[in-house]
Amino acid sequence: MSAGSVALTASVLYEQRLKRLMDAIELREPDRLPTILFSHFWVAHYCSMTCREAMYDYDRLAAALRKAVIDLEPDAFQPVHSLVALGPTMDILDYKQLEWPGHKGLAEDVGYQYLDAQYMGAEEYEDYVLDPTGFMLHKYMPRVAGALEPLSQLPEYPGVLHTRIIQSMEAYARPGVRRALETLIRAGEEMQNMRAVQARVIQELKDLGFPVASHGTSHAPFDVAADYLRGSKGAMLDLFRNKEKLLNLMDRLATLIPRAGIAAVKSVGGNMIFIPLHWGLDGFMSPKQFTTFFWPQFQRVLLTLIDAGIYPHVLWEGDCASRLDVIKDVPPGKCVYFFERTDMVKAKEALRGAVCIRGNVPASMLITGTPNEVREHCKRLFEVVGDGGGFILDAGVGVPDEAKPENVLAMYEVGKDCVY
Amino acid sequence: MDDKAKQLVQQISEMQEEDAVKLAREMLDNGYDPVKLLGHCREAMEIVGKRYEEGEYFLPELMLAGEMLKAIGDMAKPLIKQDVAGAEAAGTVVIGTVQGDLHDIGKNIVTFMLEINGFRVIDLGIDVPIASFVESIKEHKPQVVGLSGFLTLAFDAMKKTVEAVKEADLRDSVKIMIGGGQVDETVKNYTGADAFGLNAMDAVSLCKRWVPA
Repeated sequence: MSAGSVALTASVLYEQRLKRLMDAIELREPDRLPTILFSHFWVAHYCSMTCREAMYDYDRLAAALRKAVIDLEPDAFQPVHSLVALGPTMDILDYKQLEWPGHKGLAEDVGYQYLDAQYMGAEEYEDYVLDPTGFMLHKYMPRVAGALEPLSQLPEYPGVLHTRIIQSMEAYARPGVRRALETLIRAGEEMQNMRAVQARVIQELKDLGFPVASHGTSHAPFDVAADYLRGSKGAMLDLFRNKEKLLNLMDRLATLIPRAGIAAVKSVGGNMIFIPLHWGLDGFMSPKQFTTFFWPQFQRVLLTLIDAGIYPHVLWEGDCASRLDVIKDVPPGKCVYFFERTDMVKAKEALRGAVCIRGNVPASMLITGTPNEVREHCKRLFEVVGDGGGFILDAGVGVPDEAKPENVLAMYEVGKDCVY
Repeated sequence: MDDKAKQLVQQISEMQEEDAVKLAREMLDNGYDPVKLLGHCREAMEIVGKRYEEGEYFLPELMLAGEMLKAIGDMAKPLIKQDVAGAEAAGTVVIGTVQGDLHDIGKNIVTFMLEINGFRVIDLGIDVPIASFVESIKEHKPQVVGLSGFLTLAFDAMKKTVEAVKEADLRDSVKIMIGGGQVDETVKNYTGADAFGLNAMDAVSLCKRWVPA
């Protein structure tokens, strides 16, 4: 086969795969069951890299992703560098919100973990709502990155104008600020190196016929409040102690979050966004709390993204069965709901004709089961959930880091056999 | 129970934090027996626990109830002169998040629910080395061991912990339950645990079944 016909075949395959994916998302019946490859550290393990190596070696991680995609032949993949290859930049920043392999005593081959803590005090709600950008710059960044502590000295620009703007330049030459600015440039260069490798492997895989399934990441307002600002305990207590302040803050976030998401997706010319959810599941909040503090604000985020021509892939962690009747209220064929533990039969019943469903081969089966078990499970999912289209096969929260390669291969093979 | 006590139980169980703490302060200032007061708090916690079991309350209510209990406890305990022998514990549970995993929300909720159901809970924290579980079983002689883990890497850490308990000849003396994240029946079988739970209520039911009153 000549190079020209290889390229032609790849571009045909690319279009076929993209159409398969879009048919599922837009609730048409595709030619066969589409699959997406989403993993954090599995692709690294698949190529005998440790988690630590995956976080620091951009080129080897790119080679691992490339091999995994070529071997599994999914219909689309989520880029892995922006999720994983953060080590060198975090070192430069002295980053505080994550614990990662080989750093401060965590072993070399465990994934990174978020440190649940209070990053904004209850008394700071007004501050945040008055000036979110000022709060992030002067207070939040110094708290989450040791090297950025001097940013707290930057001028308060809403009150610094006219000749004061010119005078304010003095702040940038202070020794601490100067160091922080130099650190920002180094961190920026490091991130550009990483992004360049990620862009290269995305292009290589595109040339081989594989589309991307995520062009950016976004959040739910409550998750931002709970995970990143108040900490889990603070946020839960705020449902009682600071209800109005929390609602007010989330009202701002519901506008600001999609703005950032749209900018990220458009900057790479994409149209899909990945939104992992942490606090929406059954058991954490009551149905009433969910419809007060979670869904209305998150729905606004979804609708704004959809209006901008972006397809959200929402990862509903945990079991969300009791939420289905509420969360189906989105424009049909514009969203993907990616379920971890929610019963897929119930999900299909509730969401048929409204939302494409993605998931949810259990992590336990991929880690401890056999290829036969995986195949049987996937076929059952296809028969029941795949009926009429609107279904994308994936693992519960993507392929778990410890999944057996033969099980993962079996899962992606099944997609090709499930013909409509 | 007198009117004030009834009111206190009601305020705690209805999540009226400010009123409850204020009333408790007032009762203690007026010479109310701190031991009796803590008894009322326990009673309120039982109501909270029951409402959680019945699906009326969720994690935010448990968290707030815990805060109220702590605030009132901090006021009452310094006023208790003699050592009061508490009610006999229903049983002892050693609990911890397994090695390599730093998540603790689920474990803390299970601990809270076990405590309000009368169990003595030895909480070993997060990222607990296998040897610490073994040592703690030797020291505290629990009837139940709870292994928590949010990440999938916890499956192997749980399995190794169960094996270490077995190697130390302690496996027959304890029941082992696992929970958190993506734990299910398959993981239970893989790790060699006796049972798994999807939520804090499952943990309470298992412990009550294994440690009959």
